[in-house]
Amino acid sequence: MKKMQGEGLSTETGHIDYAGKKMGMWFFLFTEVLFFGGMFLLYSIFRYKYAQDFHAGAAEENIVLGTINTVILLTSSLTIALSIAAIKKGKKISSSCLQLATILMGVAFLVIKYFEWDAKISLGIYPNSPVLLALEKGQILFFGLYYVMTGLHGLHVLVGVVVISFMLHFTKRETINRENYARLENTGLYWHFVDIVWIYLYPLFYLIT
Amino acid sequence: MTTEGVNAAGAGFYERTREYRWVIAEWMMSTDHKRIGVMYLMALLSFFSVGVVLGFIIRLSLLSPGWLADQQTYNEFFTIHGVIQIFLFIIPGIPVAFGNIFLPILIGAKDVAFPKINRLSWWLYVTGAIIVLLSVFIQGRPPDTGWTFYAPYSIQTPANVSIAVMGVFVLGFSSILTGLNFVTTIHRMRAPGMGWFRMPAFPWTLYATGWVQMLATPVLAITLLFIFLGRFFGVGFFDPTKGGDPILYEHLFWMYSHPAVYIMVLPAMGIISEIVPVFSRRSLFGYVAVCMSALGIAIVGYAVWGHHMFTSGMSDTARVIFSFVTFLVAVPSGVKIFNWVSTLYKGSIQVDAPLLFALSFIFLFSIGGLTGLIIGALATNLHFHGTYFIVGHFHYVMFGGAGFSIIAALHYWFPKITGRMYDERFAKIGWLNLFVGFNILYFSMFVLGFQGMPRRYFDYPPQYHTGHVISTMGSWFLVIGLIIIFANLIRSIFKGEKAPMNPWGGKTLEWTIPSPLPRENFEEIPVITRGPYSYEEDAR
Repeated sequence: MKKMQGEGLSTETGHIDYAGKKMGMWFFLFTEVLFFGGMFLLYSIFRYKYAQDFHAGAAEENIVLGTINTVILLTSSLTIALSIAAIKKGKKISSSCLQLATILMGVAFLVIKYFEWDAKISLGIYPNSPVLLALEKGQILFFGLYYVMTGLHGLHVLVGVVVISFMLHFTKRETINRENYARLENTGLYWHFVDIVWIYLYPLFYLIT
Repeated sequence: MTTEGVNAAGAGFYERTREYRWVIAEWMMSTDHKRIGVMYLMALLSFFSVGVVLGFIIRLSLLSPGWLADQQTYNEFFTIHGVIQIFLFIIPGIPVAFGNIFLPILIGAKDVAFPKINRLSWWLYVTGAIIVLLSVFIQGRPPDTGWTFYAPYSIQTPANVSIAVMGVFVLGFSSILTGLNFVTTIHRMRAPGMGWFRMPAFPWTLYATGWVQMLATPVLAITLLFIFLGRFFGVGFFDPTKGGDPILYEHLFWMYSHPAVYIMVLPAMGIISEIVPVFSRRSLFGYVAVCMSALGIAIVGYAVWGHHMFTSGMSDTARVIFSFVTFLVAVPSGVKIFNWVSTLYKGSIQVDAPLLFALSFIFLFSIGGLTGLIIGALATNLHFHGTYFIVGHFHYVMFGGAGFSIIAALHYWFPKITGRMYDERFAKIGWLNLFVGFNILYFSMFVLGFQGMPRRYFDYPPQYHTGHVISTMGSWFLVIGLIIIFANLIRSIFKGEKAPMNPWGGKTLEWTIPSPLPRENFEEIPVITRGPYSYEEDAR
């Protein structure tokens, strides 16, 4: 029996509604919250156990760079939100510019983070280093958490930068447009989530001294 | 090919579409939920058979410790047995296989909400499975930690734990995406008129399971990542010399892995809730209670993880609370059991293979559940913790529960998936062997555990010998049963009679479309005007 050719699969063209896409994204963000939740749980337990050491550890952090990074990330959340508002009005150019600004700020965040890590590593503070192991137990944990949490957060920033670059590409090709912007909006949600995680990381690592 | 009930598209879902030159590419690139489900099913059953063989070898080895495997190999065997059966077979299990094939059909949808993400989770599953298997075959020692990867041993052992842990991490992604997909599908894709309480029970349990998959799996992911970071970078969250705490690992691990038990068992309960009404020709008794109890189990199931750790070091307050909440989980489970039995009451029961397996599920799961209460109680737990009693308990729940329901579903939906009927007589012979073998194999573990035989031990004192021999003999019957069952099914794919559209007289939507399933689920999206099991209304 000969079957219909190629185009037959209904599933390829299956229409998914806007609300469904948004819902899926929110569910994904729930899972992300729990992923980071595991780390925040460890943080709170260890901080409770070694409050003094955490205090001392946080004194080592570079609060200036941390604050600059906070400002950068918060501003980038604004620009991505504005880019969504722009595309809803059909302003392709300004939306693209705002997305580009978000990408640049994401990259700037990572570059600053690199210098921060680099400064610590050159002091000999990194997981399992002799310098670190000579410190108090609570400080070992503090810096362990610092590297793991800011590292995984940085990874999320990196993923976000890549995803927004794709969105920029889609906006340019007009597959993201006035009528069809759910992907950009979901990307925005993700970016806000990354921002929110940082809003918690910043006080927990830089401001608790 | 049969012309009966063939729709306009004219093709079963497995007929070639010729989009790709190679069949395998056509299937791997397909976003059709039915194809993805069937591929999952094949993979799962393959891993299941590998896991069974490993379990069988463990049993054989225990006949006379040392004649088949040395201590190290024995440890590796039970680890790989656990990892395969848990992470590659039973956790993805029912949702990815039967959920994928039947969820959209049962709620009258064309496909899941995100077909491409569905395909992505299948690819992730394959990738994860390959990585896990790499840990066995790559240079170095296979993992020997047990499937739980308990710290600190998992961080210290020279075995390939990192690779296995990464594999499970990837499998976790697959699981999360499937859960996310199904929950969205159920929210957004129900056919017109299909209100929440017109949904069959199986989608309801998939809904509850989807939430558990989304909300529990990330915790496992981060926990496994900590193991990985501990091994590679010496981050010591679980290492006391660096201020960490190995008991934290247990907390984080069970925070996922106890809800994971419900990922395995909830959809199994859904399948039973489909089969029992069909074969007793009655509506599912207490339908709303059955659906709600699925949510109840999912919610309460989050707050019981501590009962895995009663002997690990926890405050008495915490232990009493965990023990109490553990008893609470038994309530919704009991609700389900009573409702299934009430459904059978005064039904016109037709004892075909799917019902036999479903009834065995009810019986075995009850035993598993009740022994769960014994070890959920603090005082008895101290005696039974880490003994064969635990092994017996979880095999009754997972194999007797989830495993049997998968076999039940295989028979129940066999005509719908393959378009053929299996041989009823061989199915029953297989069932008898499996059921008898199962009880000999695992019930003797309760006795052994009661006498004090610790789990995972390579050797044992002579007084346990009889128990081990009986248990091993049970495994022979069990394996013979499985061989008969699967040989029968495989033979029937090719030689079975053509299946009619609705061989069992089912009332749910999959029985209103042709067997085997057509490429397009529905020519027209159905409009639902009544509940899922309308036997009484129709008889009137």
